[in-house]
Amino acid sequence: MSQVDETIAAGAPIIQVERLCKQFNGLTAVDAISFEVRAGECFGLLGPNGAGKTSAIRMIYGFAPMSAGSLRVFGLDIETEWRQIRSRIGVCQQDNTLDPDLTVFQNLLVYASYFGMPALQARQRAEELLHFFALERKITAKVGELSGGLTRRLTLARALINDPELIILDEPTTGLDPQSRHQLWDRLQNLRAQGKTFVLTTHYMEEAAQLCDRLVILDHGKILIEGTPSGLIREHVGASIIEVGSADPGLKQFLLERKIKHDQMGERWIIYNNSDNAIEQAIRTTFHPQQCTFRSATLEDVFLRLTGRELRE
Amino acid sequence: MIRLGNISWRFLSVWRRNLIVYRRIWKVNFFVPLLEPAFYIIAFGLGFQGLVNNLTYGGQALTYTHFMAPALIGISIMYNSFFETTYNSFVRMYYQKTFDGMMATPLSLEEIILAEIVWSATKAAAAALIMLVVLGLFGFVVFPLGLLVVPLAFLGGLAFGSIGMFFTGIIPSIDMFNLPIFLFITPMFLFSGTFFPVSGLPAWAQSVALVFPLFHLVELTRFCCLGRVETSPLLSLSYLALFTICFLCLGLITMRRRLIK
Repeated sequence: MSQVDETIAAGAPIIQVERLCKQFNGLTAVDAISFEVRAGECFGLLGPNGAGKTSAIRMIYGFAPMSAGSLRVFGLDIETEWRQIRSRIGVCQQDNTLDPDLTVFQNLLVYASYFGMPALQARQRAEELLHFFALERKITAKVGELSGGLTRRLTLARALINDPELIILDEPTTGLDPQSRHQLWDRLQNLRAQGKTFVLTTHYMEEAAQLCDRLVILDHGKILIEGTPSGLIREHVGASIIEVGSADPGLKQFLLERKIKHDQMGERWIIYNNSDNAIEQAIRTTFHPQQCTFRSATLEDVFLRLTGRELRE
Repeated sequence: MIRLGNISWRFLSVWRRNLIVYRRIWKVNFFVPLLEPAFYIIAFGLGFQGLVNNLTYGGQALTYTHFMAPALIGISIMYNSFFETTYNSFVRMYYQKTFDGMMATPLSLEEIILAEIVWSATKAAAAALIMLVVLGLFGFVVFPLGLLVVPLAFLGGLAFGSIGMFFTGIIPSIDMFNLPIFLFITPMFLFSGTFFPVSGLPAWAQSVALVFPLFHLVELTRFCCLGRVETSPLLSLSYLALFTICFLCLGLITMRRRLIK
């Protein structure tokens, strides 16, 4: 192993992606994307279904070969040094890949053996993780008997078995109830405090805003924007938003004349007023909308504004 | 095409995973090879003994049950390994996504596939050992030569496990395994000198039988159990080894093509 392995300074690049491409079946899933993930940060890959998030992530852990570009993890080449790379990362795949033929505890022990971990150490580590994820009471349960939330917790526990420096999470909370989701976020925050580096894909904007230091929004295999959640909100949609339902026809005229950023969705208007009280006042007094919401802008507004509001797939 | 550099002893961890699962239902796994030979021996031994009087094999007269008993081991080796790397591996690969999970660890695809094939051979050897004990008690095996059946079963298991994995690599859906079973496994089961000597067949059918790996495996189990043989054991052994190497490579290639996208 090279020298970079020993200690990784905070802020050092962990993943370096340059003009990464992925084509299959004549389709370009990832189209020359470039980004860098630094030690200790949580990096988000956001995008609608089919944007290329999972394809990109699979290349990072060497599951799928890349079509073009360059990709280094821990400064190592994924094509030749994939084994070293994989021994230092933990992956939480989108599909449930837990071993249904084994119990909860066996899942952790057997997975540890794939990393070549000695049995005694694996036992200790598995017990720690079961405790950390509050899974102790399920130790002899079969994987098939677990609820969605427990399944995800076990998947994350399994991804941590080798004490990875980099943790890759592909839609970790899809399909979970709010309780399970918040519990998982809590655990992830805890791990972040320990200095782990994360790469996360999600289409829950609330999740991305909570967990990610930096993120990119992908669509059609390309990166649309990159930045911090708050920076992106400020830059693309402003501080606040007025949502208006079935408004006076004069509203359109008013918005166009004043060159106020807005989107229309059927009967609903989304007006990016950026804390401008004058606009707010004018809408309140002049147009008397039947339903009107004044709220702060969120990452979801950025996302929808950039990737469009029409349905995917 | 085949990445030999991707193969290390790490594959044993996947083999061990299968052993853990096997041990959990070991009673079922032991029961079948324990009872199966007994059923066949009783059915064919008692049922056919009276109909088949003067069977000659390797130039000597033999009772029908003595002729058939070693073939039962050969058939069991074939079934145990072939079904392991077809249905069972397919379920792990496609439905359980077990291989996907493994490929997020320092395991290579080649190691996973090799482990599955070696595991199927292990299972075949375990079944052969149990059958050897049962048939030995019936007096159908000469010892110590008969003990060679166990390593032979491992080789036979590798051969049938490899071709099973090849089919898993190319089959579109699990129902389609009926095809190789109907066109390949069943004819072999019947025409590989298993229930009657191949020498009784017309010349063209004899040459076809020579291509069947089961024919060679049965010849070899018969050699081990009876100490006599009609064909050359070395030639049969070489054929099985060659067959194994060919289909091991094809299994690795087709599975890589199937899973690495």
